[in-house]
Amino acid sequence: MPRTLTFHVFRHNPRDPGSEPGVREYQVEEASGMTLFIALTRIREEHDPGLSFDFVCRAGVCGSCAMLINGRPGLACRTLTSELPGTISLFPLPGFELIADLSVNTGKWMRAMSERLQAWVHLSCEVNLNEIEAAMDPDLAEAVYELDRCIECGCCVAACGTALMRPDFVGAVGMNKLARFRLDPRDDRSDAEYYQLIGDDSGIFGCMSLLGCQDVCPKELSLQTQIAYLRRAMARQGL
Amino acid sequence: MKIIHSDVLVIGGGLAGQRVALAAKRRGLEPSILSLVPAKRSHSVAAQGGMQASLANCFKGEGDNEDVHFEDTVRGSDWGCDQRVARMFAHVAPKAIRELAAWGVAWNRVRAGDHEVVINGQRVTLTEREAAQGLITARDFGGTRKWRTCYTSDGTGHAMLYTLSDRVIAEAIPVHERQEALALIHDGQRCHGAVVRDLITGELSAHLARATVIATGGYGRIYGISTNALINEGMGAALALETGVARLGNMEAVQFHPTAIVPTGILVTEGCRGDGGVLRDVDGHRFMPDYEPEKKDLASRDVVSRRMAEHMRAGKGVSSPYGEHLWLDITQLGAAHIERNLREVKDICRYFLGIDPAKDFIPVRPTQHYSMGGVRTDFRGESPWLSGLFSCGEAACWDLHGFNRLGGNSVAETVVAGMLVGEYVADFCQSPHGELEVSTALARDFVQREQRGLEALITHPGRENAVALRRRMEQIMTDKVGLFRNGPDLESAVAELADLLARSREIAVSGGLDANPELVLAYRLPRMLKVALTVAMGALNRTESRGAHFREDHPARNDRDWLNRTLACWREGDALPTLEYEELDVMSMELPPGFRGYGAKNIIDHPEAAPRQAEVDEMHAAKQDRYAAQSYLMSFKQFLPLKYRGRNERLDEPLP
Repeated sequence: MPRTLTFHVFRHNPRDPGSEPGVREYQVEEASGMTLFIALTRIREEHDPGLSFDFVCRAGVCGSCAMLINGRPGLACRTLTSELPGTISLFPLPGFELIADLSVNTGKWMRAMSERLQAWVHLSCEVNLNEIEAAMDPDLAEAVYELDRCIECGCCVAACGTALMRPDFVGAVGMNKLARFRLDPRDDRSDAEYYQLIGDDSGIFGCMSLLGCQDVCPKELSLQTQIAYLRRAMARQGL
Repeated sequence: MKIIHSDVLVIGGGLAGQRVALAAKRRGLEPSILSLVPAKRSHSVAAQGGMQASLANCFKGEGDNEDVHFEDTVRGSDWGCDQRVARMFAHVAPKAIRELAAWGVAWNRVRAGDHEVVINGQRVTLTEREAAQGLITARDFGGTRKWRTCYTSDGTGHAMLYTLSDRVIAEAIPVHERQEALALIHDGQRCHGAVVRDLITGELSAHLARATVIATGGYGRIYGISTNALINEGMGAALALETGVARLGNMEAVQFHPTAIVPTGILVTEGCRGDGGVLRDVDGHRFMPDYEPEKKDLASRDVVSRRMAEHMRAGKGVSSPYGEHLWLDITQLGAAHIERNLREVKDICRYFLGIDPAKDFIPVRPTQHYSMGGVRTDFRGESPWLSGLFSCGEAACWDLHGFNRLGGNSVAETVVAGMLVGEYVADFCQSPHGELEVSTALARDFVQREQRGLEALITHPGRENAVALRRRMEQIMTDKVGLFRNGPDLESAVAELADLLARSREIAVSGGLDANPELVLAYRLPRMLKVALTVAMGALNRTESRGAHFREDHPARNDRDWLNRTLACWREGDALPTLEYEELDVMSMELPPGFRGYGAKNIIDHPEAAPRQAEVDEMHAAKQDRYAAQSYLMSFKQFLPLKYRGRNERLDEPLP
């Protein structure tokens, strides 16, 4: 006997002066293998064609669909309803500009963070593309990829106490990026230069080590370890 | 009316679009990028297994070079591709991967010494050269004679897209996120930009540019089940089609990937089989060697997909509530290998299937995956019918893949095409033709036409349900324009899609003009139906089987009558697209049409195939060095931008 799921979904369009923030209730019959992507699509198709949410890959790799699922940040596309109770509340990710309903502007936040932290490999010179590439230690390449797996979904920001108090906090996503570039031999920046980017309370010294970021990271990145190493290196710069 | 100017308007923020923008920027132009979603969420991010480039670093890649990559690509295309483009591509792919390596992609590297791999079900020890230590390594993929597919675990597209996006940010190229092009602004001869809708506010603006580049990816979402992201709805193809003058090429060439999971259609990479995984049936029997004794599980994608369907038809499928499927078995690779090299596959299995691929078989079946067809361009990426309109990547048909694409050639194509087309776009902008001469009246006409269309949608008392029409379209495409095709089904598909297109003008929309998903579906659906009609009509007309296009009523590859490229155009006011054909010139082919080596040979020969083969054989018998022989048979370097003409260095091929 399939369950009937009750969804409490946040609805609000901030650009419509007549819109009041509120919660709407929908009933959906559960199907086997149902994800929140399937359930929300069904709600839109059968009950509420105007409901806004963001899914792109629906496979857990693009980072579009992060939302609060029963209060906890997570990727909706890969969350199976069978792992949730019969009543499910869905709210937009906090810490980001609301577009409408469950849709938030993570892209704008991430681009601003990347610009501020200069989150790209700083090359000393361009290479000759005809020549054999520079060798790289295989273990180091894998270690860089490990940190490169962040999908900029915003879960770590939504779960961060500092980010909720300080809108200018770069979040675990930002610090993990600098940890990634710092590890990468192709980036020729020094710790003194990294210190200029994150050596304050909106950066590495703002982290209160609450561990929320690591708890919710869908890619299970070692965020706390990265932040700890980075903090130690930056503290050395500050001395 | 809001007007935004740039030199190059790039529609689409995936790998191809971002690389074009970088090329233009580095030539001193001001590009801007439109993207439906934040650029890093583009579908390029989902590419898993790798990128083909003939680096020849790893042991199983030794002896690889552009010639081998070129031949694999042409055979893979079932001789449908443009061989000149395939040559340009194979030549530039090593440069593209080396550029990405310098910019930050953490390609997996060769470890010198012994390592164990699984080949054809057996554990084998390979020994890597000391000289290759730390160079980019590669894995095996279908339809390739060497291990050529370079990778970062199974998150290759992610690593590439993040690195390119970071460069775009570094070089201060604006990306207009959540913006959608609704129509190209043109005068029938020259493209001047696009009418653009802000998906948050609903506001329309005119983006005017010297050159406009469509890099919007494929059209997989016209099918009900697809591995594609939800945004791959063919809107780039529709933009070109709706000009009434630009043509689409080979739209019927649609690839079905052998291993998408059931029921969601999420892809698990070909790298699973490349690394030693095998397909099994309901009895646990490994069946591919029965059909294809030579290439087995690593035959070309079109072949494996058809063999799987054939095997299920023979009663060997596994039944499930979601229909029949087969098994992909990677258990022999071991947990450590999966954890290191197939981690996305592991995640997908865990989250969507609740299984551990190190212990359990993965339920898979062939599923729509790739669009070989797209906006028809010349080798420079420009539409021959609409000056200033360019296209590259999966959205385009310049035509690298013909009727079947090899795994690992798509992400390679995105960056290679981005590099090349980017240079040609810059050349165009800096030539006298590249001056922007457009009246604001023309731009206003186009914006007003779109505005009136949208207003009509929300005020018109429609009686059709958009969701129901869409589901029907998806069903028709899946059932009648799928892996196996036949005349009667295709005829009924065309008739019914045409009827759906007529009905789609009566869609009911509630809600307003701003962020309104219902409105978005209402204006996209007629465009999707037009794209679907070009696919179905192309498939109906093409009475032969080639690559991924398989006609049960015409199973032979008919080079005599069909060694050509389909062109589709949609004249204003017409109910259906008009098809015409562009012949491929056998006498200028470096690799004349031949047998791919799958199944029984069933080819109606082209009269020029044998004479051309004789010429080619004579050339090879002369045993010149490979560069000289190649250049004599089909010279191509003059078509490359000067900066990309140099030879590629390899361990065994030092630069002169």
